[in-house]
Amino acid sequence: MSEVRSDLKYRESHEWVRDEGDGTVTVGISDHAQAQLGDMVFVELPEVGNSFSQGEACAVVESVKAASDAYAPVSGEVIEANDKLEDEPELVNTDPYGEGWMFKMKLSDTSEVAGLLDAEAYEEQQDD
Amino acid sequence: MHKTHLYEAHLAAGARMVDFVGWNMPIHYGSQMDEHKAVRGDAGMFDVSHMTVVDIRGPQASAFLLRLLANDVSRLTVPGKALYSCMLNESGGVIDDLIAYYMEDEWYRLVVNAATRDKGLAWLARNGMAFRISLTEHFELAMLAVQGPNARERVHGLLPPDVVQGIASMPPFSAVLCCGYFIARTGYTGEDGYEVLLPAEEAIAFWNRLEAAGVKPCGLAARDTLRLEAGMHLYGQDMDEDVTPLESGLAWTVAMKDDRRFIGRDALERQQENGVDRKLSGVLLEGRGVLRPGYRVMTAAGEGVTTSGTFSPTLEKAIALARVPVEATGACDVEIRGKAYPAHLVKPPFARHGKVCDGIL
Repeated sequence: MSEVRSDLKYRESHEWVRDEGDGTVTVGISDHAQAQLGDMVFVELPEVGNSFSQGEACAVVESVKAASDAYAPVSGEVIEANDKLEDEPELVNTDPYGEGWMFKMKLSDTSEVAGLLDAEAYEEQQDD
Repeated sequence: MHKTHLYEAHLAAGARMVDFVGWNMPIHYGSQMDEHKAVRGDAGMFDVSHMTVVDIRGPQASAFLLRLLANDVSRLTVPGKALYSCMLNESGGVIDDLIAYYMEDEWYRLVVNAATRDKGLAWLARNGMAFRISLTEHFELAMLAVQGPNARERVHGLLPPDVVQGIASMPPFSAVLCCGYFIARTGYTGEDGYEVLLPAEEAIAFWNRLEAAGVKPCGLAARDTLRLEAGMHLYGQDMDEDVTPLESGLAWTVAMKDDRRFIGRDALERQQENGVDRKLSGVLLEGRGVLRPGYRVMTAAGEGVTTSGTFSPTLEKAIALARVPVEATGACDVEIRGKAYPAHLVKPPFARHGKVCDGIL
């Protein structure tokens, strides 16, 4: 069974969001998503400085099996991308909530975080 | 959905099952990458029981296949010898690709794709009517591919000594039939190994013994990356009824030196006269990324399209097969999600026998 962390928020499209409490968030894809995709071989990250609206495709994760878009879970500007994934895309598989994080965003609307799914709701979605 | 006789073994091994052309098949057992590497470096096994096995018997079995197949079965003179061939329509398009084994006079065994079973069998039956032959499909057999540098040794360890004696010195692309087991030194991975046809009721026990001997269960996903590294074609992607073998890197499988009138020959001759304007080439992506089927390829000689593509675990780079203009060579660009990425055209195979082939990197 895949792990869902209770200290994180989630979007239906399987990104997780950690509210850093300073108007920024860290974003990755969930354990469930990485398990579905399988062995990760390439991650295309958004460029720092680019802004995205909530739900806009902003990154691509590619496993051997398939390419899949990752979406901005909230609106804002990308302030950092996890360059380590260029050389070690498998971190998304081995540590999806830790070293496999993808990018950080500066929120343009701090209220959007509250509208995301909590762990329980995200878990329920997977059971459907 | 159909299940093979190994269905329970797949579930027991933790397989993720998918629908593959109406068959419930294992796509992987956890990590397709680990499975791929097991086959390149040690030994892996695949359930390929979904493939169609048809015996052709009768006084005109040979005459029928000389008419039906683009390759020439008269090359097969030693019992058990195998031949890879395409089966063409009148326009030279590929109906299916298959392996034909010469068993004895008046008996050949064909192994054809599961995805094309119905139309392939219909084509055999329709064209077979003019010949004194019988067609028998084997539903009672299971088929396992055991592949990798240590695969044959592991299989030998499970078989009676007299059987091992019969297969130990068997040359590649041959088969023997003994005690109800049909053992062929063939495969779809670019590694040495066997494809074994055996009574379905014995399949799970054989699978379990192989697993106990250290042979890793491998799914369809690893099978695809292995065959693509080995430069082997997949029917329905790399060739189909709209292209001929001459445009598909398969001219070597078409025997046209003598005047044998096989189905599709007229069309191939016309195409040769007019000039073949496309070919199937290997593509190696220079930077990071993954190639997939259907990507545009821009070459100095014009545009082409990838027919198969993946990330090669052995090269640790993206590879593809692409249908491109026949003059195309060297550097090209591949369009991935709207952006051009540098790549170059190479001659497959990309990797076989555990390592990258010469001239690829």
